[in-house]
Amino acid sequence: MSGTAARGSGSSDSDHTRHLLHQMLRVRRLEEQCVELYSAAKIRGFLHVYIGEEAVAAGVMSTLAPDDAVVATYREHGHALLRGVSAGAILAEMYGYVEGCCRGRGGSMHLFDAATRFYGGNAIVAGGLPLAVGLALADKMSGRSRVTACFFGEGAVAEGEFHESLNLAALWQLPVLFCCENNLYAMGTALARSESQTDIALKAASYEIASWSADGMDVLAVEEAARRAVDAVRSGGGPHFLELRTYRFRAHSMFDPERYREKTEVSRWMERDPINTLRKALEDAGQLTEKDWKKIQQDVDAEVKAAVEFAEAGTLEPVEELTRFVYSERRPQ
Amino acid sequence: MKTTYREAMRAAIRDALQRDERVFLMGEDVGAYGGCFAVSLGLFEEFGPERIRDTPLSESGFVGAGIGAALGGMRPIVEIMTVNFSLLALDQLVNNAATLLHMSGGQFNVPLVIRMTTGAGRQLGAQHSHSLEGWYAHIPGLRILTPATLEDARGMLWTALEDPDPVLIFEHGTLYNVAGDLADDAGPVDISTAAVRRPGKDISLITYGGTLPAVLDAATQLAAEGIDAEVLDLRVLRPLDDAAVLGSVARTHRAVVVDEGWRSGSISAELSARITENAFFDLDAPVGRVCSAEVPLPYAKHLELAALPTAERIAAAAREAVGARG
Repeated sequence: MSGTAARGSGSSDSDHTRHLLHQMLRVRRLEEQCVELYSAAKIRGFLHVYIGEEAVAAGVMSTLAPDDAVVATYREHGHALLRGVSAGAILAEMYGYVEGCCRGRGGSMHLFDAATRFYGGNAIVAGGLPLAVGLALADKMSGRSRVTACFFGEGAVAEGEFHESLNLAALWQLPVLFCCENNLYAMGTALARSESQTDIALKAASYEIASWSADGMDVLAVEEAARRAVDAVRSGGGPHFLELRTYRFRAHSMFDPERYREKTEVSRWMERDPINTLRKALEDAGQLTEKDWKKIQQDVDAEVKAAVEFAEAGTLEPVEELTRFVYSERRPQ
Repeated sequence: MKTTYREAMRAAIRDALQRDERVFLMGEDVGAYGGCFAVSLGLFEEFGPERIRDTPLSESGFVGAGIGAALGGMRPIVEIMTVNFSLLALDQLVNNAATLLHMSGGQFNVPLVIRMTTGAGRQLGAQHSHSLEGWYAHIPGLRILTPATLEDARGMLWTALEDPDPVLIFEHGTLYNVAGDLADDAGPVDISTAAVRRPGKDISLITYGGTLPAVLDAATQLAAEGIDAEVLDLRVLRPLDDAAVLGSVARTHRAVVVDEGWRSGSISAELSARITENAFFDLDAPVGRVCSAEVPLPYAKHLELAALPTAERIAAAAREAVGARG
């Protein structure tokens, strides 16, 4: 780990590190629950889980302020949760219930939340990048010092919208933090099979964007990189770009037979599980007792259980409301 | 006052920029160049590069940035040079602008206005001449405007900017030089209803945008022959003003739809279907249509003209409908 758990010996540092461990576990357990619920046919449609990549969202989110904005992808349950959307509202959304964060109109791939400025849940690869550029443009033109964090996978790098967005953000010096979650596979296509240049941070740098990579399996390394970048963006340093090198432990979606990668490769990466790694580092540094760990697990289990109960008690939006929200209901006269 | 469609549009943009500091214009060559069709000429000097914002040739990027800026509280006017170029931004228009309100369960509306040139008649060939506004009218979540008059060129923009949802304004390229009188106090107009441009009792000629002048010419020709045609300017292609269309047909019992788009799968097909579904027993003749020939628009003047709805073809279609006595 580049930033070790024992880095700061002060109790506030270790409290914070335990908090990050807790955050990652919240995402892990919620998504394990989602997979179970999917198998039980409670959740339908596409379901893309983030298991293995939790350090990325946990590390970046902890550096953002409440009035910053987040734009994410269709693998965004963890981002929504860590941004502050309740697990219950997320699960109810996947159940298709009106108590969901989008009243069941979005589903797993389209989680949105105005209160936390969470702008999706975008299921067109790279389609969220121009939105992030525009949100940042609005902030810059209005003289606000907010940051827009935009998450996308390395598959997005092949899309034109990636290049158009980086160019615009750099040209106009907009307050965007681009977070490339490089999990090495665009669905089933390996990075080396889709990109002539596989160094993604280098590509971003070609747009005159300050850009570096970090170990996406190490939440402290992610957080450190993100904090540096967010501070720079917020203080008017223009867009920044992080390539966060990570790995997806589970299949792309519930329909993926995983023909494109070896089981041994997956198990090698699983040895670097961001949750286990941090837990062990904390334990080795004497900063996580068995009791602490038990408490974290109990808290998470209780949160997930309550979320399932909330979702199970959800209700269907009346079909008469089908055509609501195509156009705004409050219109000027 | 004497003005042109282009000047009326410019006055509308200037007015919007003066009324609301959240408004800005963004697009290719809108600033230093003065606008590809000179609509924004002089505004760069007047309002500066922040609010008259030149963009790189990145239609998807800057249309998406317009959506994001609208989500972020601004009121952007995004100019796309031509409808053909807007195809490079289809992802943002169709997958984002039109869907965000619905996908988010009503949380995120997109108050964005997009202006673009459409249509043929200027010998610009098959990549600058198409009329795809009917395509966009297929998409729930978008509002589609087709200003055909000086009043609408001057008045639709502000109302569109006040709309909480994305509005696309299609400006036919042959209209920019149309000159005429505009009231000194001309201002915002509604963006919901169709307008009768010429009342008549024998047949309804239903059209919009760039073909309105040809339809009015045809009506004049027909009048000389004793056929009193009503000309209905749709103004808004989505949502369609069904009441105005059906009301006109109920008065005249005959209809010809004139649309510069291609016939197959077009807005004219939609209108014909709605009339047939809802006013079948009012009709004394089949609904007629005058559309563009189903070819990519050619360069050569005589071929381009042969492909487009003209006053002669419109008058001929009207005569045929009137001749078909019920």
